[in-house]
Amino acid sequence: MTSYDLSASTFSPDGRVFQVEYAMKAVENSSTAIGIRCKDGVVFGVEKLVLSKLYEQGSNKRIFNVDRHVGMAVAGLLADARSLSEVAREEASNFRSNYGHNIPLKYLSERVAMYVHAYTLYSAVRPFGCSFIFGSYDQDDGPQLYMVDPSGISFGYWGCAIGKAKQAAKTEIEKLQMKDMTCRELVKEVAKIIYIVHDEVKDKAFELELSWVGEVTNGKHELVPKDIRVEAEKYAKEKTEDGSSTL
Amino acid sequence: MERHLMDSKIKGVSTGTTILAVTFNGGVIIGSDSRASIGGYYVSSKTINKLIQVHDRIFCCIAGSLADAQAVTKAAKFQISFHSIQMESPPLVKAAASVLKELCYNNKEELQAGFITAGWDRKKGPQVYTVALGGMLLSQPFTIGGSGSTYIYGYADAKYKPDMSKEECLQFATNALALAMGRDNVSGGVAHLVVITEEGVEHVVIPGDKLPKFHDE
Repeated sequence: MTSYDLSASTFSPDGRVFQVEYAMKAVENSSTAIGIRCKDGVVFGVEKLVLSKLYEQGSNKRIFNVDRHVGMAVAGLLADARSLSEVAREEASNFRSNYGHNIPLKYLSERVAMYVHAYTLYSAVRPFGCSFIFGSYDQDDGPQLYMVDPSGISFGYWGCAIGKAKQAAKTEIEKLQMKDMTCRELVKEVAKIIYIVHDEVKDKAFELELSWVGEVTNGKHELVPKDIRVEAEKYAKEKTEDGSSTL
Repeated sequence: MERHLMDSKIKGVSTGTTILAVTFNGGVIIGSDSRASIGGYYVSSKTINKLIQVHDRIFCCIAGSLADAQAVTKAAKFQISFHSIQMESPPLVKAAASVLKELCYNNKEELQAGFITAGWDRKKGPQVYTVALGGMLLSQPFTIGGSGSTYIYGYADAKYKPDMSKEECLQFATNALALAMGRDNVSGGVAHLVVITEEGVEHVVIPGDKLPKFHDE
């Protein structure tokens, strides 16, 4: 058992690549990030644990802009995630330079997944220890949501969660009728889910990072404006203080 | 007596030419003459095809050095085909035009070819793009190019209407080509026209003697 997990270029007798599985464990140790696709856009929510009171508010972002119309929320080893966000940005930029239009999200997600997968093939490198959720909005294709994990696969979703409380978050997400909701309604629900899955005992303070892209932002991915975020957090706090938390 | 022609600096076979592309209601018509000449004195081909299909609903017409144009369109056709397979959907006309533009711009020192790209895609419908000599990309409702185009700017500007029917557009394109071929000595032969719509692609070939005549007696 011990000798099969030393490098990504070795299979175990039962057909697993342990290094990739260990990389996924790194994601599970990170705090939760969720992305939900609704009728007219995509909303991201990240539970950003505040490890020190000395941190500047809003620092250590977990949500990135990949292109004007694409956002990316991450969980796992942040350094890995940041370098991959640069890879995604270059892909999007090269596509636009060659073909003259916005990169379709499915294609971007597949290209980044292919890159991540390459690092699972060799013993000389280690797999990336992060997952990400990509979201975009386009006039013709509508809202799109894709998730890439350390093994290098990408799937399209209506709602997905990554990080330590992903199971609990998934349960909450499944309760929503997201296909009929608008971004404005969804922002409040996303905030509520993050508040629900946050573990008060084990992790103390956290900052809620919210972003969206959709008709409401004219197809531009951006952080949710302060007043809407404050309102969403207020709603989330009310709902969780009710004792309606399902953890 | 030296005759100065638009592309007299081009060595070898050139397509002193007339090319055009015009959008109409529901599609686009792309057209050209069929003459290739050397130095403006010798017609090396009377029936050359200057309308290259780069994808199911996207065509290119070429002007300038024939060798350069063929090399570029061959590379572009491959790139667009690969791109379309990766995207799992037909390419946008804009993407095809961008690919041509990148090739022209990045190799501008060596190349002497200009293109008109026209086609239909699901997102924006019928479109026409000009890729000029140095690699400029421009979208227009209709455009004319090649050495013969100088003689028909007035006609095209006066007679073009947006949202024409297919028949009106065919008449407009045929007339424009006939007028240019009638005055430009390096344009001639037959008129090639391709009608591109959502449903498909239709080739129309009009031999020189069947073209509309304008005071030719």
